[in-house]
Amino acid sequence: MKKEMDLKDKLISSFMAFENNVDIEHPVHDVRTEAMKNFEMKGFPSKKEEAWKYTSLKGLEKIDFSIFPKEENALEYRDVKRYFLHEIDTYKIVFIDGIYSSYLSETTHDGVDICLMSSALTKPMYKPVIDVYFNKVASSDESLTSLNTAFSREGAYIYIPKNKIPKKPIEIIHFATGNEASLLLQPRNLIIAEENAELQVIERHQSLTSNDVLSNSVTEIFAAENAIVDYYKIQNDNSKASLIDNTYIDQKSRSVVKIHTFSFGGKLIRNNLNFYQNGERIDSTMKGVTILGEKQHVDHHTLVHHKQPNCESHQDYKGIYGENSTGVFNGKIIVDKIAQKTDAFQQNNNILISDKATINSKPQLEIFADDVKCSHGCTIGQLDEEALFYLQSRGIPKREARALLMYAFANNVLESVRIPELKTRINKLIAKKLGVNLGFNL
Amino acid sequence: MLKIKDLHASVEGKEILKGINLEVNPGEVHAIMGPNGSGKSTLAEVIAGKEEFDVTKGSIELNGEDLEDTAPEERAHKGIFLSFQYPVEIPGVSVTNFMKTAINESRKARGMEDMPANEMLKMIREKSELLDIDRKFLSRSLNEGFSGGEKKRNEIFQMAMMEPKLAILDETDSGLDIDALRIVANGVNKLRSGDRATIVITHYQRLLEYIVPDFVHVLHDGKIVKSGGKELALELEEKGYDWLKHEAAV
Repeated sequence: MKKEMDLKDKLISSFMAFENNVDIEHPVHDVRTEAMKNFEMKGFPSKKEEAWKYTSLKGLEKIDFSIFPKEENALEYRDVKRYFLHEIDTYKIVFIDGIYSSYLSETTHDGVDICLMSSALTKPMYKPVIDVYFNKVASSDESLTSLNTAFSREGAYIYIPKNKIPKKPIEIIHFATGNEASLLLQPRNLIIAEENAELQVIERHQSLTSNDVLSNSVTEIFAAENAIVDYYKIQNDNSKASLIDNTYIDQKSRSVVKIHTFSFGGKLIRNNLNFYQNGERIDSTMKGVTILGEKQHVDHHTLVHHKQPNCESHQDYKGIYGENSTGVFNGKIIVDKIAQKTDAFQQNNNILISDKATINSKPQLEIFADDVKCSHGCTIGQLDEEALFYLQSRGIPKREARALLMYAFANNVLESVRIPELKTRINKLIAKKLGVNLGFNL
Repeated sequence: MLKIKDLHASVEGKEILKGINLEVNPGEVHAIMGPNGSGKSTLAEVIAGKEEFDVTKGSIELNGEDLEDTAPEERAHKGIFLSFQYPVEIPGVSVTNFMKTAINESRKARGMEDMPANEMLKMIREKSELLDIDRKFLSRSLNEGFSGGEKKRNEIFQMAMMEPKLAILDETDSGLDIDALRIVANGVNKLRSGDRATIVITHYQRLLEYIVPDFVHVLHDGKIVKSGGKELALELEEKGYDWLKHEAAV
């Protein structure tokens, strides 16, 4: 019997087919080829690597993923409306099975570019920007990032010039329809905020099928001096959809970048969130709410590299783990010798609501400067019995009281969400995920 | 209304209440005093149904109904209210939303519809005025960052909203300055009525100058060692608790 080709071999052999469909004369293709070599050498990460100790990709590697969708698929807006933040007006960059949907999207070139990576990677007018930014902060140490780079062709491209602020938030949504038996998607996003620019992005991956979907996504974000970037990741996919999110952020002086990650669903999620501070008085903020059940698995790996003095970083991750779910939080902070007066804060609090749920939480501090403030804390506990009694004594039944406490536990992460409609939406998702009607409108 | 007979309760195998007998009728105010560790708070929490305690002997009856195996929320639905010594902070849930949830859950348990929004607002306004509570305060997260006085005032506000049949005030005076004490006591007094009973648990006589009890009981080592009228509180203030301990030992 013929041995089935494993996913790595399949990807390597598909690269040639991929080359038939892209401009191999473009300098970007040299980057792709280099990345392919890197992936060939390293392959998929295994549990032997410290950074992947608690997350196994073995199960996913066994799936016979389609690497290119065969045909364009259409979706009706009314069928997918609920996945959009439809309460407010937004720019939308929407993909269906990895292919851009102009019908569902609303892009713009009015003073800012909110459009497609495929255009940016091929049209001469974008070449100067691509030359400067493309694959410049993404790490070649991560084989999955290399894999994405090798196949990079489509995704969101956002360029906000100096002093500009787009009129409305930007939604990036990737739908998977399931017309393929199992689908591998590799979106590649590039987001650039020039000096004093400001933007808000909401990113979502949504499978509409019971077939397997794996997204290996790479997002590069560049925040120039004084730029402000608010980025919200909504991870509420179905139980057959997995996501590997690799996000790399390059910050210049006095820029503020805040990434919120809401992980409520999906089969396996790995978030690699990497901040590099290349300037002074930078603020890097990472916040997360994770609420899992069933056999869901979420692994948050964060990195903040303090490379210059007088910068701050804040990390606040809250997790609620039920049933057989598993969670990982690994927060790495590197403070270079030169990075004096760094203020780095990290907090990871978890509640286990089932005997079978697991959380592995690990701070990793590498501090080479001597005048810094670094604090980290991690808690793993159950719900506070005294608080539960307090609520029950006010007539609130135990089930609702538990949910109210979990809601309260997760809620303070939402304080920094700056889009009110999004905050309401997330609040509702939390309430729904906790299976409770809180008796008041959130 | 409340009948406690030979109540024994323990936590983790350690007996705290060692045979309490107490009867409280509608309209009455009972004060329970006693030194630290005598079991005052335990008694309050056992009446409210805290599951951590095992009732090993005896019974608690509310209006003729044995409360054994009755969950704290069901006791609340039946009209028991406990004002906590240390109210718990609940971030992200405003005082108003918390009260809406509490009241509507209680109504649901009694087979009633949710309270109409305008009625709820009216009630919140009335009761907050009663306790001199600023409207802004009501939109803050429950007890989060509240001062000791604000927490206690908020407890009595909740009591006013819940309109209990039996209110138990556990060390409501602790952590209060004299002004806050007056406001809280005034709130409690305004809620006194012929069909509502109150149990005031306190270490000091001070609160009883403002909330004048009909009966005073002294708790020592898990038992009521002496009962009397309001003058007993003054006697305790004068002599301390030591003479009672001797009396109990005899």
